[in-house]
Amino acid sequence: MATIRIQREDFDAAAEAAALTRGRKDVGAVVTFVGLCRDEGGKLEALELEHYPGMAEEEIARVATEAEQRWPLQGVTAIHRYGKIAPGENIVLVVTTSSHRAAAFEAAEFLMDYLKTRAPFWKKEHNIDGTSGEWVEAKDADDRAAERWS
Amino acid sequence: MKVVYFAWVRERIGKGDEDVAPPAEVRTVGQLIEWLSGRGEEYAHAFEKAKFIRAAIDRKHVKHEAPIEGAREIAFFPPMTGG
Repeated sequence: MATIRIQREDFDAAAEAAALTRGRKDVGAVVTFVGLCRDEGGKLEALELEHYPGMAEEEIARVATEAEQRWPLQGVTAIHRYGKIAPGENIVLVVTTSSHRAAAFEAAEFLMDYLKTRAPFWKKEHNIDGTSGEWVEAKDADDRAAERWS
Repeated sequence: MKVVYFAWVRERIGKGDEDVAPPAEVRTVGQLIEWLSGRGEEYAHAFEKAKFIRAAIDRKHVKHEAPIEGAREIAFFPPMTGG
């Protein structure tokens, strides 16, 4: 049921949210989360996102299935971009719909927490001063955020 | 079997994938990491902090204790930083 896309192109968050409610009268809550690329205080020129093709889709689909089993969701859309992404641009989208807001909020947060620690993506920083990038290090805080759902 | 590398593991080894034929006594993901580490400086560098390296067999996350028998594709990569 979930829509999962891994793509280089940008996405339209409003259009994706609208697609989950179009023609329906049973949806009571839509939660849309968009993760963007920050400039890290003006030093970042772009992030380069590498992914494991095939596994990225499959892993996000597994997380979405888990969310659908835990909460009464009517729809789930998750889109993750790869390639070079400049500050201000979109990286990731999660949309959840449900009859009531609690399920939609919680499922969206669960999806993002799990996606960050399980979906095979890696970020490399390219700096404005031309120094080539460091790979972004995984944060313990992200692991803790994911653990609270288990 | 095919092994694939991502992010700085790929950069340190200098290639994204290769076919390898480890000896029969290499039974687990952890033993495969040890065996690969012995193939040269670039491998030793990539796997120097072996316990931080994540692995997937046929596109599913596995622990280092997981058996590699029957695996078609084994991936090695750093902790993920998507989202």
